[in-house]
Amino acid sequence: MAKLTIKRLSPEEEFPDLSQHNNHMAKVLTQDMYTKLRDRATPNGFTIDGVIQTGIDNPGHPFIMTVGCVAGDEETYEVFKELLDPIIEDRHGGYKPTDKHKTDLNPDNLKGGDDLDPNYVISSRVRTGRSIRGFCLPPHCSRGERRGVEKMSVEALDSLSGDLKGKYYALKNMTDAEQQQLIDDHFLFDKPVSPLLLASGMARDWPDGRGIWHNDTKTFLVWVNEEDHLRVISMQKGGNMKEVFNRFCTGLTKIETLFKDKGTSFMWNEHLGYVLTCPSNLGTGLRAGVHVKIPNMSKHAKFEEVLKRLRLQKRGTGGVDTAAVGGTFDISNADRLGFSEVELVQMVVDGVKLLVEMEKKLEKGQSIDDLMPAQK
Amino acid sequence: IHFCPHDLMYPDSADYPDLRKHNNCMASHLTPAIYAKLVDKATPNGYTLDQAIQTGVDNPGHPFIKTVGMVAGDEESYEVFADLLDPVIKERHNGYDPQTMTHPTDLDSSKLKSGKFDERYVLSSRVRTGRSIRGLSLPPACTRAERREVEKVVVDALAGLKGDLAGTYYSLTHMTDQEQQQLIDDHFLFDKPVSPLLTCSGMARDWPDARGIWHNNTKTFLIWINEEDHTRVISMEKGGNMKRVFDRFCTGLKEVERLIQEKGWEFMWNERLGYILTCPSNLGTGLRAGVHVNLPKLSKDPRFTKILDNLRLQKRGTGGVDTAAVGSTFDISNLDRLGQSEVQLVQTVVDGVNYLIECEKKLEKGQDIKIPPPVRK
Repeated sequence: MAKLTIKRLSPEEEFPDLSQHNNHMAKVLTQDMYTKLRDRATPNGFTIDGVIQTGIDNPGHPFIMTVGCVAGDEETYEVFKELLDPIIEDRHGGYKPTDKHKTDLNPDNLKGGDDLDPNYVISSRVRTGRSIRGFCLPPHCSRGERRGVEKMSVEALDSLSGDLKGKYYALKNMTDAEQQQLIDDHFLFDKPVSPLLLASGMARDWPDGRGIWHNDTKTFLVWVNEEDHLRVISMQKGGNMKEVFNRFCTGLTKIETLFKDKGTSFMWNEHLGYVLTCPSNLGTGLRAGVHVKIPNMSKHAKFEEVLKRLRLQKRGTGGVDTAAVGGTFDISNADRLGFSEVELVQMVVDGVKLLVEMEKKLEKGQSIDDLMPAQK
Repeated sequence: IHFCPHDLMYPDSADYPDLRKHNNCMASHLTPAIYAKLVDKATPNGYTLDQAIQTGVDNPGHPFIKTVGMVAGDEESYEVFADLLDPVIKERHNGYDPQTMTHPTDLDSSKLKSGKFDERYVLSSRVRTGRSIRGLSLPPACTRAERREVEKVVVDALAGLKGDLAGTYYSLTHMTDQEQQQLIDDHFLFDKPVSPLLTCSGMARDWPDARGIWHNNTKTFLIWINEEDHTRVISMEKGGNMKRVFDRFCTGLKEVERLIQEKGWEFMWNERLGYILTCPSNLGTGLRAGVHVNLPKLSKDPRFTKILDNLRLQKRGTGGVDTAAVGSTFDISNLDRLGQSEVQLVQTVVDGVNYLIECEKKLEKGQDIKIPPPVRK
């Protein structure tokens, strides 16, 4: 709910102490900027203090640069432009306030991707997020809005058919048996524990309005009201990224049509693409990745350089902030904004193909020098 | 004041929290009708019902422990949300009705009778309370500037204390490693809260900005600034001289009050609710007077709990609330906070602990003990 305090002390007295901080917000926010932005609020009453609270409460880590701010609604990105544009530019490789973002969810535009070697590529996955226009985002939404998001989303998902047909499991109504099955499938999400998330207010009223939907074949999964209104995931064992991406695009497009039939749509604009809670997920919000066995390649001196040139990122198989186990890595696109969905998945497909080739060469004791890619 | 277009789209019932799995005082009393009546109100500082109850919504509680489940964001919360807070206060404080009753404040420690315990049993004595600075919002709602103002007002006042009350302030933001280690060794240092009961209310925002610890040179009078309340005030000593602990408590509090009044400030207080603090459980006196006491035989007697109940006392482990006792040393303190004065509550502890020690001595000699009649509530 909105809060504009009547008794106000000066912006100088209110300015946060960011002297110990290392996040994007702390790098950008000056006293002058704060003074200017403090008098504004979005039409839903979200203020600058709401935007930056998570960045104040979480000074960051010397080696990892977190974003340090969130959006409470779609209008946040406009009303607090002076703060968010430079953060977006720094986080998304120089993306300018005048740049346009291209959306391309036509899976036919993806070349190849159906033949990643399953001896190396264990699983393939594409995820993104979507926000429903007209509702506040998780840091700021009321219980009624969150339930509204849930209701609309479940109605849309319930009308999917064919191999997308599935079922919704509300977190607060789940039986023990359903819960155990979702845990065994690695689908269940918990109340967040990370203070980066909690400090933004997105875990309020847990588990009210939260749930998991998945199709019967367990290859298309939607999280409702976790860090974003919707997180959409397409995944399967093996290396057929094309099939994963096909299903991803088909599912998303169908869901979007269903929302349009109900008189709303996803938050999107031609500058920022799809609008999500965290500025790091703007644009496509897309992370396409594989779990791939590259024990030799990962020990090679040029591994990091190769990833950098391919615009790829490595993680442990437990996801962000985990370490790799036994030479198996999660490899995904590093970018989110400024490239289309097809372009990002293409980078992953081409890049992983190359990594597997390099792995095979190293297995045979051969050099990979002639395979070194150019910077994408 | 708040403006939200979605208010037009969503009726109040859509925002009413799901409290079916909840067991706290807020959940017991927040009906849809009360919610609908209060949800569009705000205090002059803009604090709302949804903010006040957030901690109770996020923490359903425990089947055996009934938490309060709501907080105040400012002094006016207790008026604006009285329709919910009054029944919560009544339940928590054993029938005290804020609409009809008045709370007595009495910090004249000379009235305390026989406050020196047998030190073969009582290891330490302590009295704590809280105080809020009128005109500034409370920790769940305060802005950074307000919190810094609280720190400034209180630290300025404490700098005026003299004699055995003279001391030093250690800001959490600026303390040296050495100072930090000393405060840990003295068991004075407080950390950023981890309990979701506290963090969900928003009182840990901007940590550690404007938080700190003040104590006198003899380490017998200690003040926490901007933790769960504007201030928490603690008087303590090893041994059983509760009289001296309470004397210092009252003198110190009155002196601090005089010093802030010199600068035009005052504590939040009214005759309906006594001293105003963040959690409704700490209204009235906000006072917990207690001892660490060894009761090896009595604590194993099946009548121990009933004896404590009748004496209006509560037991805790020596780590504080929610800890278990180690060996047979217990933290014994008053149950009540509101409806009785400071002198009355400390007297209750003095009389009660003396009775417990008498029981222990009797059991040592193989004599029988009696459950005392209930003291007046």
